Amino acid sequence: MSAHASPATAAEPARIGALDLASSRSRGKTSSLYGGSRSWSELLGQSLTWLCGGALAFNILLVLAILSLLAWNGLGYFWQEDLVEFTMKDGTKVLGEIWQEEAIAITPEMPAVDRLRLKIGNRDITGLDFAWIDRANIASQRKPQDSVLIERLEWGNFHGYLRELHNGGQVLAQGSEAVWQKLLPLLARKAAERDRIRALEEDEIGDINYDIEKLRLAERRLDLAGLPAAEHARRKAEIDQEIATREAEYQRLADRLAQMRQALVAETLVAETAAGETREIPVGGIVSVIRPDRLGVFGKLGLQLKRIGQFIVDDPRESNTEGGIFPAIFGTVMMVFLMAFAVAPLGVLAAVYLREYAKQGLLVRLVRIAVNNLAAVPSIVFGVFGLGFFVYLIGGSIDRLFYPEALPTPTFGTGGILWAALTLALLTVPVVIVAAEEGLAAVPRIVREGSLALGATKFETIRKVVIPAAAPGILTGMILAMARAAGEVAPLMIVGMVKLAPTLPLDGRPPFLHLERKFMHLGFHIFDVGFQSPNVEATTPLVFATALLLITVVTVMNLLAISLRNHLRRKYAGSAV
Amino acid sequence: MTADTLLQRERDPALQPEIESPILSIESLSLWYGEKKALKEISLEIPEKQITAFIGPSGCGKSTLLRCINRLNDLIDGVRIEGDIDFNGTSIFDPRIDINALRKRIGMVFQKSNPFPKSIYENVAYGPRIQGINRKRDLDEIVEKSLKGAALWDEVKDRLDDSALGLSGGQQQRLCIARAIAVEPEVILFDEPCSALDPIATARIEELMQDLKSQYTQVIVTHNMQQASRVSDLTAFLYLGELIEYGPTEKIFINPIKKQTEDYITGRFG
Repeated sequence: MSAHASPATAAEPARIGALDLASSRSRGKTSSLYGGSRSWSELLGQSLTWLCGGALAFNILLVLAILSLLAWNGLGYFWQEDLVEFTMKDGTKVLGEIWQEEAIAITPEMPAVDRLRLKIGNRDITGLDFAWIDRANIASQRKPQDSVLIERLEWGNFHGYLRELHNGGQVLAQGSEAVWQKLLPLLARKAAERDRIRALEEDEIGDINYDIEKLRLAERRLDLAGLPAAEHARRKAEIDQEIATREAEYQRLADRLAQMRQALVAETLVAETAAGETREIPVGGIVSVIRPDRLGVFGKLGLQLKRIGQFIVDDPRESNTEGGIFPAIFGTVMMVFLMAFAVAPLGVLAAVYLREYAKQGLLVRLVRIAVNNLAAVPSIVFGVFGLGFFVYLIGGSIDRLFYPEALPTPTFGTGGILWAALTLALLTVPVVIVAAEEGLAAVPRIVREGSLALGATKFETIRKVVIPAAAPGILTGMILAMARAAGEVAPLMIVGMVKLAPTLPLDGRPPFLHLERKFMHLGFHIFDVGFQSPNVEATTPLVFATALLLITVVTVMNLLAISLRNHLRRKYAGSAV
Repeated sequence: MTADTLLQRERDPALQPEIESPILSIESLSLWYGEKKALKEISLEIPEKQITAFIGPSGCGKSTLLRCINRLNDLIDGVRIEGDIDFNGTSIFDPRIDINALRKRIGMVFQKSNPFPKSIYENVAYGPRIQGINRKRDLDEIVEKSLKGAALWDEVKDRLDDSALGLSGGQQQRLCIARAIAVEPEVILFDEPCSALDPIATARIEELMQDLKSQYTQVIVTHNMQQASRVSDLTAFLYLGELIEYGPTEKIFINPIKKQTEDYITGRFG
């Protein structure tokens, strides 16, 4: 600091700025308009302002970077690249999409080698989805107009050329263009057939299986009931009769299903890979066929949108590596809503007691500190608690009391969406309590007194005036809680979340809402497809797409809650919170 | 009434206006906030269907005294009260009394307007609903009557479902009066009702108080001596928790007995 005042340092250019300040300070002594150390404090204030602004800008940039990274990688997954056929110098041919290009030096002395990463498809033939080729080995490359990409139900995509279309021994079409023309209407028909098979399996056969299972349980219950032997035998016969009817029905439907399945694979497509191998693909097992090299930019954009739509509404296939993620979206949203239903009354009532009824003192302060610290407990601890308390203790008791016939198979005594929602409700209740308390505290005393002065009791005042006035603040807490719940994965892994749930927790079979069922979750899905899948390389982009979708789901839920809050605020314009 | 206060009254003509059939009589009321004694043995009687004003400098206890009348001080921690207030001959501190019923009969309008964050209609209907009146037709009638009584009907009749918080300050204060009279109280307490209002809104409230005189006993706490002289029939001057002088307003303002009263009225302190 002493340097600033010393004129001897004037020669050092780095200190000129400081010197200017020193001189302005000395000017200040002569003229009272330029008060004392004003320049210094102004400079300090300005640099602090810049520092704060910079910090904010940095945060915004980070968020934008995250979102654009997810959007670029996630949406890119749905984009169809051209298929390129490479002829190598040794004469082999390969058809694939270029995913990546890099220069790689094997040893520091050697010149770098340019190589391409191709998505080559045909996993059933090559056993690989991706291949690296050196640029130096490429003799020629072209974009064949008649190359096709066949999306199959099994074995992933097929890259190659259309050759023939068969029905049994009969040839329906020959040659690339003729097959293409015949194939498109056939595919639409096959898709409809697949839908019918699925409907038969899930609805009619599913219903019968469900009934048979219920009858089995009824039989077991009968055994446990300890009725007189005659009565027992009579009822058992009734149930057996019923089961026999259902099983006959099942047999009939199973036969029909077998026929339909046979019809589905009647037609086969003969296609040839770039390497010259032919493959027979049942048309019933094809999801779609496209000719990427003939699609223009708009065609590709349309395809991208269609794929995004399918990704959202379809069920997953091939152990989650293909197809859509609808069950995960559904499970996430439903679990969060169940959690909200549980946490809202719990949190608000606790906050009302803490703020309005409890005598403010040491005990309440301690409780408040404990509640706040609850928010800092690692979430997996809540998961363990949920497993021990909800699943084993409460769920186990429910099973013993209400579902003894199903034992040892647990009904509620195993992870399920209800236990997951309640576990997360415990996890997020501190957030709601804190926000609700703040909302309640912000309602002015004079408004409460206004109600009391009209002869309302304290309870009426809280219910009719204080809580409505605090509702926007409470909703803010709910928004935070829902956002946190939607993102939690760790505790859910032990209280009911699964990699693949066969049924949704909400369906058309009574009682419609199946709270004991396991569910899928987007957060876990990201982990699963990214790191647990048999084909990690191919599914990495799915991680980004799923993450983008998770963010979208959370954002949509938050926007809903925010619009509700703003509606309340408008309704009580200028209200307390 | 204790012999002590009677004696004091006979001794001190400053505390003894001619009041027949008082609706409220405060008898030797003392109040402590913790250790601090905020009201000191105050005794005064409030006549029916007249306007009584409490004046005095800030912190003299006039609002505290007013809030004793509907027992709103009960809500504050560490308040201790001695003495008594009789309302229609019944002690309001009687443990058997229903405090909510008492507050229905003694309404209050606050210093800062405090409409509920609800619609205009719901604000007025709040009190009647609490009393269990739920029929739409009855409520409509009460709301209209109360708003007319508070001279607000013509201004809000087309927007009863709008938020009460969208009204101007003066309108909000009249809404609070409408809300108070909707439960048909016998007494209305005004705690500096115009301190946040402009002169025109103040004049409207004062006019309204005169209109309400035929039906309600009104007690007003005010800082504003002109207001006290304009609206009230009786005035009580409080200073440092003590009742200095109480009597007809004209007498207090024109010919006060006590020196302190005169000093305050003429603006020498306060």
